[in-house]
Amino acid sequence: MTSSLFTTELGVVNVGLASFQHDIERQGAHAVQVTWTPPRDYSPEVRAALAALQQPDVAERIRVANEEVVKRIIDAHPMLVGFGQAIDVVPGMTKNTILHAGPPIEWKDMCGAMRGAVTGAIVFEGLAENIAQAEEVAANGGVVFSPCHEHDCVGSMAGVTSASMYMHIVKNATHGNVAYTNLSEQLAKILRMGANDQSVIDRLVWMRDVFGPMLQQSMELVGEIDLRSMLAQALHMGDEDHNRNIAGTLLLFQALAPHMLQTDFTLEQKREVFEFIASSDYFSGPTWMAVSKCALDAAQGVPDSTIVTTMCRNGTDFGVRVAGFEGFRWFTGPAQQVMGPMMAGYKPEDSGLDIGDSAITETYGIGGFAMAAAPAIVPLVGGTVEEAMDYSKDMLAITTTVNPNLTIPVLNFRGIATGIDVVKVLETGELPIINTAIAHKEAGIGMIGAGLVNPPFEVFEKAVVALAESIVS
Amino acid sequence: MHVKSVVMPNKYSDSMSLMALSTKVNDLAMVASAMIGMGTDLNKQVIQEVGLSTPEIEAATPRDQIIVVQCETEADCDVAIEQVEVLRSQGVATPAETSYRTSRQAYEQESNTSLAIISVPGRYAADEARTALAAGRHVLVFSDNVSIEDELDIKRQAHDAGLLVMGPDCGTAIINGTGLCFANAVSGGPIGVAAASGTGSQELSVRVDALGSGISQLVGVGGRDLSEAIGGIMMLDAMRMLDDDPQTSVIVLLSKPPAAVVAERVLAAAGELSKPVVVCFIGAAAPMGAPANVTFASTSRDAALAAVSLATGSPSAAVVPSYDLDTAKIRAGWQDGQTDIRGLFCGGTVCDEVFHVVKNQFPDRTRSNVAKQPAFQLETGKEPVGHVLIDLGADEYTQGRPHPMIDPTIRNSEIVKAARDAATAVILLDVELGFGSHPDPAGAVVPAISEARKIAADAGRPLEIVAYVLGTDRDVQNKSAQVAKLTDLGVRVVDDVIELATLSLELTR
Repeated sequence: MTSSLFTTELGVVNVGLASFQHDIERQGAHAVQVTWTPPRDYSPEVRAALAALQQPDVAERIRVANEEVVKRIIDAHPMLVGFGQAIDVVPGMTKNTILHAGPPIEWKDMCGAMRGAVTGAIVFEGLAENIAQAEEVAANGGVVFSPCHEHDCVGSMAGVTSASMYMHIVKNATHGNVAYTNLSEQLAKILRMGANDQSVIDRLVWMRDVFGPMLQQSMELVGEIDLRSMLAQALHMGDEDHNRNIAGTLLLFQALAPHMLQTDFTLEQKREVFEFIASSDYFSGPTWMAVSKCALDAAQGVPDSTIVTTMCRNGTDFGVRVAGFEGFRWFTGPAQQVMGPMMAGYKPEDSGLDIGDSAITETYGIGGFAMAAAPAIVPLVGGTVEEAMDYSKDMLAITTTVNPNLTIPVLNFRGIATGIDVVKVLETGELPIINTAIAHKEAGIGMIGAGLVNPPFEVFEKAVVALAESIVS
Repeated sequence: MHVKSVVMPNKYSDSMSLMALSTKVNDLAMVASAMIGMGTDLNKQVIQEVGLSTPEIEAATPRDQIIVVQCETEADCDVAIEQVEVLRSQGVATPAETSYRTSRQAYEQESNTSLAIISVPGRYAADEARTALAAGRHVLVFSDNVSIEDELDIKRQAHDAGLLVMGPDCGTAIINGTGLCFANAVSGGPIGVAAASGTGSQELSVRVDALGSGISQLVGVGGRDLSEAIGGIMMLDAMRMLDDDPQTSVIVLLSKPPAAVVAERVLAAAGELSKPVVVCFIGAAAPMGAPANVTFASTSRDAALAAVSLATGSPSAAVVPSYDLDTAKIRAGWQDGQTDIRGLFCGGTVCDEVFHVVKNQFPDRTRSNVAKQPAFQLETGKEPVGHVLIDLGADEYTQGRPHPMIDPTIRNSEIVKAARDAATAVILLDVELGFGSHPDPAGAVVPAISEARKIAADAGRPLEIVAYVLGTDRDVQNKSAQVAKLTDLGVRVVDDVIELATLSLELTR
């Protein structure tokens, strides 16, 4: 019998009424508080799966696998190595392929913003004369739809990526894998938000003919840019690098500008590019998405791991992937409504549902997870500074560790919360927090607000059930 | 009348704070009725029954917090709902610096913890206990409403793992000198206690302290541990742990009279211990053929006396009454028909002990809700007659409201009710101090005592109020200060639980 209770110094874990913890501390003994909340009511199937994963021997295997996964995520060292056209660089890209954000989806199920972006891209690629014709092309199988994620890409908002768009090329110096994402169209009436009028197409053409090539040439001169270090610095400068990118954008521009000056373009074109970059802080937004994707892809396919490697949405469904499964096994549920301040003239009922691959940033531990680093984001997405702090702290409850390479000064330089564990999500009932932009629900309009959103709970339940099948059996 | 509700999704608070908050909101002048609670089926039903339900409330889940108020005007409802948040923020302890979202996290990261205290709603308590046991922690289950099946299951799991489960429904423990939950600040010393009774063990610890000795460990094994179903699993383990504990030299076992087969088992096990054991099955006579190292006591006072005597090796001092009253003169003052004792207790074991003494004297006219035999039970729906001793902490009085040791409302109204009854001669009260209790329990009962006195005086009747303050001067409430608040109002304050019974009998015989 291990009657150590009387022979060791008393230490208490107090689960429930906080006054008991205070009374114990008042007497000089050690007590920690568990801020208990009722567990969610799971179906018998989910409950059994969770219990199976909590069995000590299984839990130990999971712990070992998850340790490897977070090590890879932390060690990953994404570097910007160039820009190039999708058709030239993206695996599996063809002239009539349209990549989109989120898990797989068919044309008939796409939301307004996604349809607007798809048809705009079809016109931009010359696969249709106008939007109406583009709709027919899309509906009749004239283009091939595929998720960005299944081509080493991520795409912001609708994420629509077509053959001639210019892409960031981000290489993981540690593990060798490469991730891609297209260029920021800046704000606000833009293809990724579902807008597709002539001004949108004209901008895409200019980006293809001037902006992209200039970036490409600049990078040929630079060689490579250490994006992980730049991201670390941006977090220290008040970004969270999902919706607040002002520091990251300045740092990236600072690194590129001298080389942009040395490119073959006219002074007028260079001035246009500089002005375009200055027109929105979002210039580096996609860059950090590619950084996140690059780090997380290195962790895919570690058997027994319960860590989330992808969170993404296509405006209809929310999808997650888990490191324990090789390849593209999607767990999906309905995309949720984003709650937050709207731009003048728009109401919450105008908003489309949660959309974009940008939740890859939260999956990596920045964005909503790092809001403590960016108190200035609060007016954009709603809430209070205190809540922003709490989000960054609360996410520790559902993650595996912290990333020492990316730290938050105000939290005593604590690393960002890293490695969302689906088991912990179910144990705590706590969902990942995502901050994000809001697109109009109709095609052709654009961004109308920003705010906060969570994944639907069921994606984690489905993942746990699948993991229990694969790990325990 | 207007009804307004607010449902706050995913905002959990424990039922004790919410019930206390409801009480405060109900006290607001503009509020006709109010309820704040989590969206459990039970709470939703209660709200429905009082006619305050709304579609929003119907849709709430147990993770959502419901606020509903009924006021004269809609504007009043809005003000009341604003006041809820003001009242909520008052008196809230600052959150602990380190706090965990799940107990698993805490067990993983806090390796220097040996014990888990679980005070979550009953239906979740057993799962939390299993998690704690699996993590190698001893467990104190403060929660009530744990099923007997779950209790047996977790106690078996604990026994097999060499761990202790205190509770469920256990309010008191002292481990290595640290008081847990509803414990008193008593001296350390050689006496180890294993008890199946909360206030009983508090009283025992305070008596031991008053006799100049102290407590090594106090383990509350839970009120049902000595039932046939549980079979005393934890009582047996606890007494063996105390036998091995180097700080303990005398062991006291305290319980209401257990199932006969369990009593036998406990006594046999006590006989195998290496240390002297005092056994107190409250109110029960000493059985025949007890083992040589076992001493019997039928009250907590006698148990304390015997234990201290065994620990010090000196015989017990004679018990001298703490009061010196001309009881004959008081008796002569009663009006015709003013004959009865009304005990209004917060402590279940206090009620128990008083009941046993009074019942032995007046078997025909003593009733209590703690009585096991039907002849002594309170008759439902009827006004009580004769000596009536009520445990106001019993389930039938605590549905949907905090325990009277925390919230004086229910007892205060019972005191006033008793004073209106022309048959009431003596009102008995207990005032429990210590961790967890009301910060000023004597002060909280003062308004009711004043009102009771006024009612009796207006009716031309004398009224005696006898109180016992269970605690020490080291308790945060300070016993002397609490006693003074009562004696200032002419309350006769006695020195232990048994004196509550003996003095009331002297005053009414």
